[in-house]
Formats: sequence, C-alpha cells, structure tokens
Amino acid sequence: MALNLNESQLEQIRQHGARDYPSECCGVILGRADGENKEVREVVPLKNLRHDARRAQELLPLDDPGRETEKNRFLIDPLEQLRVEKDARARGLEVLGYYHSHPDHPARPSNYDREHAWPWYSYLIVSVEKGEPKDLTSWVLTDDRSRFDPEDVNVLNL
Amino acid sequence: MPVRVIIPTPLRQYTGKKEYVEVEAKTVAEALAGLTTQYSDLRRHLYTDDGKLRSFVNIYLGEEDIRFLQKEQTPLHDQDVLSIVPSIAGGTALRCICS
Repeated sequence: MALNLNESQLEQIRQHGARDYPSECCGVILGRADGENKEVREVVPLKNLRHDARRAQELLPLDDPGRETEKNRFLIDPLEQLRVEKDARARGLEVLGYYHSHPDHPARPSNYDREHAWPWYSYLIVSVEKGEPKDLTSWVLTDDRSRFDPEDVNVLNL
Repeated sequence: MPVRVIIPTPLRQYTGKKEYVEVEAKTVAEALAGLTTQYSDLRRHLYTDDGKLRSFVNIYLGEEDIRFLQKEQTPLHDQDVLSIVPSIAGGTALRCICS
C-alpha cells in the first residue's frame, strides 16, 4: 500500500506541527482505500487531549506523568474520533490513518507509538525542529505488532 | 442471547471483512472471549500477552464507555451493541536520563 496525497494536504500537516510546537499536534486523515493505495481527501486537525492532563490520564494513564506531557505525548479523544469517523462515513470517506508531530525528535515511530497502534492505519509523523517542520514519514504496524514498516508517501498533483 | 460487536475497519482483515460479529454473551468479557475465540488473530490487537485488555482499547456499550460501567463484568442483554474504539495515542521516545 502507498499513501497518495497532494502538496496542500502535506503542508496542512507540516504547518499544524509548526503551529503547535513545542507540543505534539495530532489529527486524522480521511479518504478512500482501494486495496493497493490510500488516497487522502481530507486532513482534519484534532485536539491533543494531553493538554487536559486530568481527563487524558483517566482515559489512557501514563506511567510517568511527571515526564510524559503534551510535549512528548498525544492522545485523541475517542468520542471526538468516533464523531469524525461517523461524519466521514456519511460522506463516503473512511479513516485512513492519523498524523502527529515529534517536536525536536526524528520522524521515526517510538516504542510508545508501536504499543498504541493497530495494523492497516497509516501513522504519519512530522518532525519539527526548533519550530520548523522537517521530515514527514508514514508507517504501518506489522500483523505481529513487532515493528512498523515504512509506507511510501506519494505527493501527487490531485 | 446474541449481542453485536462492531469491528473497526483496521481489524476487519481478521474477521473475514465482517463489519460486525454476533456472539452469545452475558457480559462484556464473555463477548470479547467469544469474538477472539472465533477470530483468534484479533486477540493480540485487543489483549496484552498477559491477557489484559490493552489500555488504549476502549469498549463502548451503546455510547457508554464500559470503564464507567462495570468494566469487563458489565452485564449484556439481548441485542446490545458493543463497539471497539482505539484511543489514538503516541509520542516521542523519552530522553534517556542516564549518562
């Protein structure tokens, strides 16, 4: 599978990463999958629920809340995600995956990313160094959950 | 007493593309056990190696998070609908504090 998106969608993700720096940003990508390719139609920015530490901790507890904050963790409210998914489905689109930023870290998935992933979804990561968006990569979890495989990202003139 | 479990898109590859599965169950735990017995490849994406529901996997009975009901012991009734919803989460590797 490869992920196809256009320059403006790519830029939306990169700029969201820059805007929310030094915190992590997150969002969902919607579109259509035909078995071989995923075609992105919309990029929807969502709130990083780690800004609301108490509610986030209730939903998905962190081992070390002293060191784990919105600057190195993101969480999407499952109710907001359900709402976006339902709304997308009504328009004939599906959730293809999610994006988030790694402030001052490489665009490579962490172990924490892997532990919280499901297969099939595309997990896009944009690295933001000192406020500047840099590399953008996409990853898919393997069936056995042991690692992420890189996914081709094609920037098309859609 | 059949209940319906809605399967999220990324996990349908393990249920023969089925969007939902009907199982006989009196509790949420029984429903998930029935589901993962029938479709064993689902198990590792819902449960940890020591058999606990993964922390990022949320189960909704109707629109209620079972965490705020009786968790996996939440009783089910005929025609109840369960949804499996991941908390999408991630982040960077924590900086090593060792030298």
